[in-house]
Amino acid sequence: MTTLTATSPAIAQASIEQPTGLVLLLRYFRRNKGLAVGLLILLGLILFTVIGFMVINPKHAYPLSVATRKPPSLQYPFGTDFFGRNLVAAMVVGMWQTAIIGVLAGGLGTMIGVVLGFTSAYFGGWIDATVRTICQILTPIPVLLIQVVVAGSLDKRDVTIITMALIVVMLAWMGPTLVIRAQVLTMKERQFVSVAKLSGVSDVGIIFKEILPNLLPFIAAAFVGQVFAAVFASFYLAVLGLGPLREPLLGNIIWAAQLQGAFFNGWWWWPIAPSIAMILILGSLALINMGLDELANPRVRKTE
Amino acid sequence: MNFKLIAKRLSFLVLVIWAASTIVFFVPRLSPRNAIRERFAELSRSGGFSSGDIEKLIASMNQQFGLDKPLLEQYWNYLGNVVRLDFGYSLNRYPATVADIIAQALPWTFGLLMVTTILSFVIGNLLGAISAWPKAPQWLRSIATPFVLLTGVPPVIMGVLLLFFIGFRLKLLPLGGAYSIGVVPTWSWDFAFDLLLHQLLPGLALILGSVGGWVLSMRGMGVTIQGEDYVNFAEHKGLTGGRIFRDYYLRNTLLPQVTGLALALGTVVTSAIIVEGIFGLPGLGTVLNNAIRSNDFPTIYGIVLFITIAIAVLMAVLEFVYPLLDPRVRNQ
Repeated sequence: MTTLTATSPAIAQASIEQPTGLVLLLRYFRRNKGLAVGLLILLGLILFTVIGFMVINPKHAYPLSVATRKPPSLQYPFGTDFFGRNLVAAMVVGMWQTAIIGVLAGGLGTMIGVVLGFTSAYFGGWIDATVRTICQILTPIPVLLIQVVVAGSLDKRDVTIITMALIVVMLAWMGPTLVIRAQVLTMKERQFVSVAKLSGVSDVGIIFKEILPNLLPFIAAAFVGQVFAAVFASFYLAVLGLGPLREPLLGNIIWAAQLQGAFFNGWWWWPIAPSIAMILILGSLALINMGLDELANPRVRKTE
Repeated sequence: MNFKLIAKRLSFLVLVIWAASTIVFFVPRLSPRNAIRERFAELSRSGGFSSGDIEKLIASMNQQFGLDKPLLEQYWNYLGNVVRLDFGYSLNRYPATVADIIAQALPWTFGLLMVTTILSFVIGNLLGAISAWPKAPQWLRSIATPFVLLTGVPPVIMGVLLLFFIGFRLKLLPLGGAYSIGVVPTWSWDFAFDLLLHQLLPGLALILGSVGGWVLSMRGMGVTIQGEDYVNFAEHKGLTGGRIFRDYYLRNTLLPQVTGLALALGTVVTSAIIVEGIFGLPGLGTVLNNAIRSNDFPTIYGIVLFITIAIAVLMAVLEFVYPLLDPRVRNQ
């Protein structure tokens, strides 16, 4: 009994002390392991790309720069392909290009989605009806196939990393629009919005000061989801041979490897490197997406 | 299901098909590329035409395909053709029509899709339901975990990895194609077996790539249903575990999954097509691959439009099937 009373003030003292932000973050990661693992893989990929750019020669990611068809060795850790690309260099450049497509298309898509979803839900009426109907009609159409039509009708010389991102974003804003719209719809009925309205805050003020801050977790989740979708879509387009053919995009490499019959000819390393890179990219994005979902949506939050 | 609802659903279907056809009609016309001119330019490079002849040829081609008419008239004719599933001629395999080419390739794609979709739907939902069922033995519940881990892997990459491990390293299964090179298709068991062997890897790639998704959504659904009063009630009535699992639990969780299947159709079909391309099966995927490589625009657009229409129709069909599965909707 005496020992208890002697130690308890110390315990109380320690528990009152506010843990630092880093500790809180680590504790959250312990609960949300998916998010932690996803971020860790992403960090690894970023490090690979950054260090890669310092170590390798980016020119070796393009055809006719190194010896052809060399299996993995110390000199070429991932081997070289039929066209004379060093696959390590190709991975570094390809990963960087994938990141550009993902962030650009994801950012643009989320932005369009936020603006459209906001105006549609906040102002309602015919604007809402139009946006909703367009989304409903476009949703059942497989986006990838329409992207095939768009990419296919472009001149092959016009297809660059940037146009890839634009093609992907052109038909992929429906998802975030619907998510943001649904959130704004519930949020604009909340009391704090009514209070703001009654106290004479303008529409712009309500949107930027009351609703937008509360939407940030959803916007972040929508952004990661869009990046995932954009990386996925551009990968599929590239596997179909619709990418910028000269660039070492991961999908392009698989397309080229398949076209040259890499497995039939025994050049197994050629399609394997981009496949594993793609698994890591998509896997980390999917984990982050699920983790953010848990952060943004208390309904699926784990209670343990 | 009342008549008004059916009419509404059907008009939505028509709207979706119209939207898709309109996109496929106008997008290529916005592009500066001219398929016919490109084709003749290619021919003239390989010799045999003078440039004056080419202009004449292009003009006559344009006339033959109705490309000299005003845009609105072309659009109107085009919509009529879409309704008849007439997608014009293939540039590469002229005089074959795109519809012929699709009809030749479709059975391959359809067979692969049917088998893999049904298998992954059934396996995924069963595993998902079991993994969320507290009374199931632990080893049975943990079978689902590896499939969930594979969820993020696109079927195409799964295909490449399977090709590497099973086809290339272990040499257990063929590396691609519909049947062995040099084999003549006949109605025999040997040929059927050969065919099956070549379909195994693409099928496996598609199944492994999609089972995890079904497991995840089914598990989520299962967890919410366990707390329901009727499940509690059934337990207290003393019903056997198997009966509760089948009639109270599985039946209720399966219904939203059918809706999920309708929504996932687009992804399912596109991944099957791309996997076909990787494995070189003679289905729509390989045709699309070849068409893209050889700039055969009518074939590209025809295949895209055909698949879009097929998916929209299938989605509508699944929605009509839904009331048959759910007595609550049926009786309304």
